[in-house]
Amino acid sequence: MLKNRIIPCLDVKNGRVVKGINFVDLKDAGDPVEQAKIYSDGGADEICFLDITASNENRDTIYDVVERTSKKCFVPLTVGGGVRSIDDINKLLNCGADKVSINTSAVENPKVVLDSSKKFGSQCVVVAIDAKKNGNKWEVFTHGGRNNSGIDALEYAKKMEDSGAGELLVTSMDRDGTQIGYDVDLMNKIASKVNIPLIASGGVGNLDHLVDGIKLGNASAVLAASIFHYGKYSVKEAKEYLDSKGIPVRI
Amino acid sequence: MKVTIVDYNSGNISSVINSFEEVAKDRVNIEVTSDLIKIKSSDKVVLPGQGSFKSCIDALNKIEGLTDTLNEFVISNKKPLLGICVGLQMFAEVGYEETETKGLGWIPGKVSKIDNQKGKYKLPHIGWNQINIVKDSKIFQNIENNSHMYFVHSYEFIPKDKTVISSLTDYSSKIVCSVEKENIFGTQFHPEKSDKMGLKIINNFINL
Repeated sequence: MLKNRIIPCLDVKNGRVVKGINFVDLKDAGDPVEQAKIYSDGGADEICFLDITASNENRDTIYDVVERTSKKCFVPLTVGGGVRSIDDINKLLNCGADKVSINTSAVENPKVVLDSSKKFGSQCVVVAIDAKKNGNKWEVFTHGGRNNSGIDALEYAKKMEDSGAGELLVTSMDRDGTQIGYDVDLMNKIASKVNIPLIASGGVGNLDHLVDGIKLGNASAVLAASIFHYGKYSVKEAKEYLDSKGIPVRI
Repeated sequence: MKVTIVDYNSGNISSVINSFEEVAKDRVNIEVTSDLIKIKSSDKVVLPGQGSFKSCIDALNKIEGLTDTLNEFVISNKKPLLGICVGLQMFAEVGYEETETKGLGWIPGKVSKIDNQKGKYKLPHIGWNQINIVKDSKIFQNIENNSHMYFVHSYEFIPKDKTVISSLTDYSSKIVCSVEKENIFGTQFHPEKSDKMGLKIINNFINL
């Protein structure tokens, strides 16, 4: 039976780990390579790096981080943030990333999703959707949550599936950094709309939130940053908790 | 010993390289190349593969003489080869991803889309699933039955002769996750991304 995945995410800036609250107010806290190794040794099903300020700054530090991590961690490694072109994707994959998540550029130029899935295979193309509720629908935001594209998140999710995305990483902008739980309504609506796996993100504050993401949000995988990063819970504790709630996990 | 990872522009192979280096760089000469002479002189060959069946076969065919060299290595010289993911799928006679495409034909059978029961199951089949070992395979030495391996694929290999199957996994149906036929080994899952158990499989292949 296929297991639900737990994916710790590390926000990386200038080669160092940070975690923002609502994408601002960053704290510096550690070496991403060491942190990733701790996660993979602890049973993380995948590791995710998000290069948060990559859209604006020098990106070369992330290549070095990815290269060093991929020599130490033998679970899948996803890297996102500032991925704009086929060339960016190629470089990250060559450094040892297994998947690349594309956010802003997928909105601005959906062809990049089509082209990259054709060139590298859907298995390495994750489309990251930052969505925020507006009335009774959700809209897609870009540039790290700064710009509202006005695009309907559900329709966009379907379009990305059709363009060749292998997975969707859906972050609720309303919940990110709040620790009050995933927007399970958003997750469930997108998961029912598409036939590719959904990774839920944004808002995890305790282990029940992970359970909700899978049971109520219908997510194939749950991503969390701060609960793991600040040592509130270990990946192992999270897995044991999910297991106790009847969710299939790799232990 | 010399192990060659065939670099034929089949997508991302850095994880495969990293895993082999992690396991054996001190005792094995690991080459990453499409050089036919180097492949011929290898003791073992690894055939990775990402993307579609068609794109991988096209990439193989683009390098003149590569298919013939691999045929000679595997069929005439009976030296060990490990196919990973689409690398395994290409053992088949035919694949149906994108369009009908002729495979290497080393193991009779076909590669077709996983039946996801009208959308009941997500595709690709992505993540960790357990392998049910159905026959002794040399690469599964000291691998416990029901170990978790990392999968990512939408197509499956269906061999005609079921005795080549060494493990299956449960998804929408029982999916072939590894084969062994004499000197030919293949895994549908990614040992290079399957943590300690995956590295053990790589180690077993190197130790053959």
